[in-house]
Amino acid sequence: MVAAKESTGRPPKEKRDWCKLWGGIRKNWLLYLFLLPMAVYLIIFNYAPLYGIQIAFRDFRGALGIWDSPWVGVKHFETFFNSYQFKDLLYNTLSLSAYQLVATIPMPVILALLLNYTTVPWLKKLTQSSTFAPHLISVVVMCGMLNTFSSSTGLFNILLKQLGMEPISFLGIPSLYQTMYVMSGVWQRTGYNAVIYIAALSSVSEDLHEAAIVDGASKLKRVWYIDIPSILPTMVILIIMAVGNLMSIGFEKSLLLQNDLNLARSEIISTYVYKVGIQGAQYSLSTAVSLFNNIINFILLIGVNKASRALSGSSLW
Amino acid sequence: MENVKKLGKRKLGLAQSRGDRAFDIIVNCLVVLAAIITLYPLYYVVLSSISSPNAIITGKSLLVPVDVSFASYRYVFADSRIWRGYGNTIIYTFFQTIFGTAVTVCAGYALSRKDLVGRNAIMKLVVFTMYFQGGLVPTYLVVKNLGLTDTRYVMIIMGMFSVFNLIVARTFFMSKIPDDLWEAAQLDGCGNGRFFISVVLPLSKEIVAVILLYIAVGSWNSFFNALIYLSNQKLYPLQLILREVLLAGQTIQSDVDAADIAEMQRLAATIKYAVMVISTLPIMALYPFVQKYFVKGVMMGSIKG
Repeated sequence: MVAAKESTGRPPKEKRDWCKLWGGIRKNWLLYLFLLPMAVYLIIFNYAPLYGIQIAFRDFRGALGIWDSPWVGVKHFETFFNSYQFKDLLYNTLSLSAYQLVATIPMPVILALLLNYTTVPWLKKLTQSSTFAPHLISVVVMCGMLNTFSSSTGLFNILLKQLGMEPISFLGIPSLYQTMYVMSGVWQRTGYNAVIYIAALSSVSEDLHEAAIVDGASKLKRVWYIDIPSILPTMVILIIMAVGNLMSIGFEKSLLLQNDLNLARSEIISTYVYKVGIQGAQYSLSTAVSLFNNIINFILLIGVNKASRALSGSSLW
Repeated sequence: MENVKKLGKRKLGLAQSRGDRAFDIIVNCLVVLAAIITLYPLYYVVLSSISSPNAIITGKSLLVPVDVSFASYRYVFADSRIWRGYGNTIIYTFFQTIFGTAVTVCAGYALSRKDLVGRNAIMKLVVFTMYFQGGLVPTYLVVKNLGLTDTRYVMIIMGMFSVFNLIVARTFFMSKIPDDLWEAAQLDGCGNGRFFISVVLPLSKEIVAVILLYIAVGSWNSFFNALIYLSNQKLYPLQLILREVLLAGQTIQSDVDAADIAEMQRLAATIKYAVMVISTLPIMALYPFVQKYFVKGVMMGSIKG
């Protein structure tokens, strides 16, 4: 029996698997070629920089290169934690993110529900198109608009004057800064973010609604008991993703809206990283700060993902 | 069929309670309000770019333009920086879109194939980059060491690939190109290359358009890479010029004589509005097209949740 098996001359199982694997790779060699440009891009611009993170623990000097710069341990982290800006930066970043999260999660849902229940078809189309439009405006133009509108002779103050109120320097008051930031974001992104909910709502089964109508449920009740539960999983995923990006909140917009008057509120970790690193050429300190930021972000993402899997069963992975 | 529908509607109409009617009215009002809130600022920008500065300041031109004049546009177009920025942006956008789309679509297709050995591992390595990055300075050092700072290449390469676009493309291929199709083609002796070109691509016009527009709009509007990697003003894309004009308080530098300078100062605000209009025009000109495919892209990406 044993001899017969051996005489078939088949290689052992392990080797056979390798052959199969190699065969699979060879058969689809073209697909690997398809992956090559992406792989090169990611290796150069995403994986190679990971190697450079170590300069957060070194005193980086360009002439010495990354590996030969002296190791200093957590010196730069200490410098950052002990700096007078640390508390403000952390507070500004977290509060701005939290504010944005709270304001931007419900708005697209509300818009999608409104559009779903409009009784005038052309109005639905018009509003969907118009709320989507600001999404295509560049961040520079968006901030330019905010800046011009906020000036003493800008749109906001003209409207205030028409209402008989005193002009306000909207971008010059630190306590107003975050509201300006978040509300302009709501204006710009709600239409785009609503698209996914509109799609989710349109796939809610008609039968459910019909049954509810037969049972005499009001529209408000149908929203609450049929529509909201059916878009909840989508919401959960989007919330997880938003929390996962909590610390990477808009560098560009913050930098563009900053001025000397609102700096106390508008300086966040990412703009600080830019100023210290690129403008100030303190490479190691800047890297330490962004690593700190990145780690908090990562912990938040994992935490939220775990929490949501435990609570609602939906998660990113 | 029509009758049945009408009947259904009437029936529903009869069944409507007063609460539901109030609900309808409130909903419709809020929808109108949403349209006004989003459209008015855009309309105001266009309006103000052609109104007289005095009318703008006194609030006389809130609904219709007053003393229409295109002088502001004349000054903007006389600024060579705007033209150069426009030219640069067109070059960067064009090449980034072409290369980026090719890379994304090819990789997305390869990763959609279930018979690709190592597919899941590769996908994990790709998605990892979305959640953990080297950060600003380490990335900057890599780009600098490659000698890419202050070149046009950096503006074309950086940002041409994004994991988000890849996932959208991959999801599309996984749901629209069934495995059977590849198996059948194989039986007919068709290889990967021919299959991709004569079967996959013709079925994938939609996803190509989506990725194309995603990258094009992103590239047109992008400002971060130029800010970090460019210091030579001649290479500046439009968005960086815009920043100088709109936010850094620089004025338009037209080649005009002294008499015009006073006029330009008078028009300063309208010039800013004109700059905003000019820079956004190409995207808004394609708006219906862009909106259609952006929406499609969101749907494609969301299929898998």
